[in-house]
Amino acid sequence: MRAWLRRGIEKAAFRAAGRTGATMKKLIYVLVAVVALAVAFVGWRMTMSPPDDLDLARSKPTEAGTFVVAVAPESEPLRQGPLHNWIVTVTTPAGAPVDDATIGVDGGMPQHGHGLPTAPAVTAALGEGRYRIEGVRFNMGGWWELKLAVTAGGASDAVTFNLVL
Amino acid sequence: MRPARPIAIVLALAGALLAAGCNPSGLTDEEARIVASLSLSALPPLPADPSNRVADDPAAAALGQALFFDHGLSADGSVSCASCHQPTRRFHDGIARAVGVGEADRRTMPLEGVAWSPWQFWDGRADSLWAQALGPWENPVEHGGNRVALERRIASTYRAEYEAVFGPLPDLSGLPENAGPLGSQAERDAWAALSTEERRRVDRVFSDMGKAVAAFERRIAPVETRFDRFADAVAAGRRPEGEAALSDLEIEGLKLFVGKAACVNCHNGPRLTDDHFHNTGVPAVPGLPEDRGRAVAVARVLADPFNCLGAFSDAAPGQCGEIRFMVKEGEELERAYKTPSLRGVAGRAPYMHSGQIATLEEVVDHYARAPEAPSGHTELEPLVLTDRGRMALVAFLKTLEPAGEEAGAAVLAGRVPSGR
Repeated sequence: MRAWLRRGIEKAAFRAAGRTGATMKKLIYVLVAVVALAVAFVGWRMTMSPPDDLDLARSKPTEAGTFVVAVAPESEPLRQGPLHNWIVTVTTPAGAPVDDATIGVDGGMPQHGHGLPTAPAVTAALGEGRYRIEGVRFNMGGWWELKLAVTAGGASDAVTFNLVL
Repeated sequence: MRPARPIAIVLALAGALLAAGCNPSGLTDEEARIVASLSLSALPPLPADPSNRVADDPAAAALGQALFFDHGLSADGSVSCASCHQPTRRFHDGIARAVGVGEADRRTMPLEGVAWSPWQFWDGRADSLWAQALGPWENPVEHGGNRVALERRIASTYRAEYEAVFGPLPDLSGLPENAGPLGSQAERDAWAALSTEERRRVDRVFSDMGKAVAAFERRIAPVETRFDRFADAVAAGRRPEGEAALSDLEIEGLKLFVGKAACVNCHNGPRLTDDHFHNTGVPAVPGLPEDRGRAVAVARVLADPFNCLGAFSDAAPGQCGEIRFMVKEGEELERAYKTPSLRGVAGRAPYMHSGQIATLEEVVDHYARAPEAPSGHTELEPLVLTDRGRMALVAFLKTLEPAGEEAGAAVLAGRVPSGR
């Protein structure tokens, strides 16, 4: 795409430069604006800031409302790079701890189309609805999703947390 | 001149907008934040290696240094670790594929800051520096040795130094001259004929050799560059002065690096690597065997008796997070290779895991073009880059070159940088 775009702009600018008059100048301004927009668009796509309205809540009901799940890194601050742990707390909507849950961990970067760089797993049930996830790493800055699949008492539900590093 | 007024207004507005988000170096606040995160000043302390109990033992490092330079540990006496990792060339050899007693399929990896990296080799088939160090000694195209012969060299040349660090060397009498599980057919047969206990004793000394070399390599820390002096000024809100002030072209390259070109997605942190594995569509080398990178390495590291979970590791299983929680399968592993640090990159041509690309300019072109991968899928997206943008990126990369003192010289003089 870039080759024909550049050639087109160069040709148009060359023709415009060869003439005089307000029409041609306007054309140049329009072209400059188009180029600026194109560059801005490409820049936006490549760097891709997270959406402004991203839900960054660390505690929320699962998708079907079966459980309420809270997540927190075991030690703060949350840093890009090192392998680290998270603590997940699972309760019923009424707030009673859920102690017999099986939790699957997945996630990734929606704007880059890749998953987590590691395969984290729950390694301990700590009681009172709390579980430790080990082996989490975020190797890039930006918007990450941490997806938990919770199964307990014969019911399964899922929840996705958004994190921005 | 009627059109002049709107232009002036637009320019003034643009200027005001730019100034609002700029610090003294001409970077936006977000750019300045990322730049500070790339500075050597942001390097965390050297991570402990619980799998190597002598990782920070100076006597082990001294023994490891001697082993690193010892040609006597190669099959024909012609090669040492330093033949490819040349201290006077910042631990690199400047060729596409390493040459030991034969030619390897992959390029020599840089060693600066290597101990900060959880995975070793281009495909991460070793999960510690000491497990990595064992590979070349028995690789038929690198040192071409075998572990019994290597151990004989320790007994004849380094007995006192070895025993001071690791305790008594086991008795070698009764063992064949040459034996190892990866050598020639005769060496493999001799290895198979040993008892389990004999093999275990040999493996113990072999792993100790790796641990000594790792203790030495842990001292090869990144060296401050012009970019770091620039980044520190940016982080402090000062205007970079003297040689720390990057040129307009270098700043332009830096802005591309952390912005539109998205290099910083993977080349992040103070070592400019995310320590992960990526398929970037690097072409295969004609004539070399199929190379699937991380996709094959996962099984190798799991089967490696010298991994963090193995009998020769000094770590408890709970301290082996990297191998326990590594991704073991999936499309993302296909032809994925470790992101190399970019510190000193301009002095380390040619590039990529098998030296496929000759110059930095061509590397930038590769990333802009984003060709299809030979297998698996490239993570790259095509990038609109002008000729000036390409020049700017290369100019920026050259600011990551340490001037003056060589990293190798600092290590060999015994000055041990330990991170900050």
